[in-house]
Amino acid sequence: MKPAPFAYHRPRSLAEALDMLADLGEEAKVLAGGQSLVPLMSMRLASPAHLVDLNQVPGLATVDVGAEGVRVGALARHSQVEHDTASYDALPLLRQALRQVAHPTIRNRGTTVGSLVHGDPAAEMPAVLMLLDGSVTLNDVNGTRDVAATAFFKGPMETDLRPGELAVGASFRRPPPGSGSAFVEVSRRHGDYAMCGVGALVTASEGALSAARVCLVGVGTRPVLLDLAPALGDGVVDDEASAALVDAAIDPETDIHATADYRRHLAHVLVRRALAEARTAAEARAA
Amino acid sequence: MRETVRVSLTVNGSPRDLDVEPRRLLSDALRHDLRLTGTHVGCEHGVCGACTVLVDGTPMRSCLLFAVSLDGASVTTVEGCRAPDGGLGPVQQAFHECHALQCGFCTPGFVTTVTAYLAEHADPSAADAREAIAGNLCRCTGYQNIVAAVQRAAELSQGRPSGAADPASGASQ
Repeated sequence: MKPAPFAYHRPRSLAEALDMLADLGEEAKVLAGGQSLVPLMSMRLASPAHLVDLNQVPGLATVDVGAEGVRVGALARHSQVEHDTASYDALPLLRQALRQVAHPTIRNRGTTVGSLVHGDPAAEMPAVLMLLDGSVTLNDVNGTRDVAATAFFKGPMETDLRPGELAVGASFRRPPPGSGSAFVEVSRRHGDYAMCGVGALVTASEGALSAARVCLVGVGTRPVLLDLAPALGDGVVDDEASAALVDAAIDPETDIHATADYRRHLAHVLVRRALAEARTAAEARAA
Repeated sequence: MRETVRVSLTVNGSPRDLDVEPRRLLSDALRHDLRLTGTHVGCEHGVCGACTVLVDGTPMRSCLLFAVSLDGASVTTVEGCRAPDGGLGPVQQAFHECHALQCGFCTPGFVTTVTAYLAEHADPSAADAREAIAGNLCRCTGYQNIVAAVQRAAELSQGRPSGAADPASGASQ
């Protein structure tokens, strides 16, 4: 339960960090919060030869709210984003989901961008990024590129991040006016990974839904984003049609925590619950 | 001898310089290098909460931090949660009064977590107290007395008399 030896690098600027990552290539991992990486290293599931520690790089612990949405820097801790009032006002889904990310003690160190780059298919924040049409900004010594959430998550613990690149931030976009959101999940113990979790984002006007999307975690190799427009009629989501769409989109597996059948059951229950909560939230925001 | 890195920390108010291997976990640096064995190591992968310490006043898992990454930080362990006269601090006193421990292994993590929580939440309800300690595992007490101790510690911290906080009120939740 001790990490293997590694060479430690402590850049003092973003440029220095990118130079190091360019030199070290595939041998290097980036350390930000480390709340996923350090346990993997302690269990020897990961043994990077080099660790590039971002914690002394200035200018990355940022949460910026603008007309487009919320932009989170690479060193913004989960708790910093969770407690940011302007972010909550702009995108309540951020706090709704963050409150279910592990425990407060983990959120005090773990970073939101780090969670995205980790790419765990049971994690909440990748689903939030997908629901909010977000993107991840990747820098290397040659420049920068923005990758949409739908293209960023490739599979379990696998993202579009290439060796030599650093995820410097992520952007979550504001949904249209009249939107409401919710994030619900069921886990074995408080703060554990969800056996299934569902984020929902709906748009309502005068009580009728005009758009409804959900993103499910824990029931596939990556977050499952689902547009429920085909199940939307007369301003409400038809439960049977929605259930059929969910069934076709997810591919849950059996493990020690839950059977595939139980996860499928949870997906259906949680989609209904998340949609109801999101609708209530939309109405409350409109009032 | 493997390569070491110099790290300067303030631990329980005292400046401490350490030469550590980069892979040295903060929990091990505290226990083995600084001989502060009050911080306990349970699961070593961030689940049990026994190793929780305060980094710049904020609770964090010391088993999920590399000491080398904390250059310049201020760390408070359970040894730093004592009263200024060296006696029991308010959280420790409350755990004693409410019988909030049996074997005591998990207690240092609870004391640090609760100390930080009470600094921002002066008067927690039993439900608040449960939420506050949700990241810490205890295999002995069944938590009822720990919930009561959180509320009692809030009273002690503010010099309030014993009131709502007794084990029975925690048990009724």
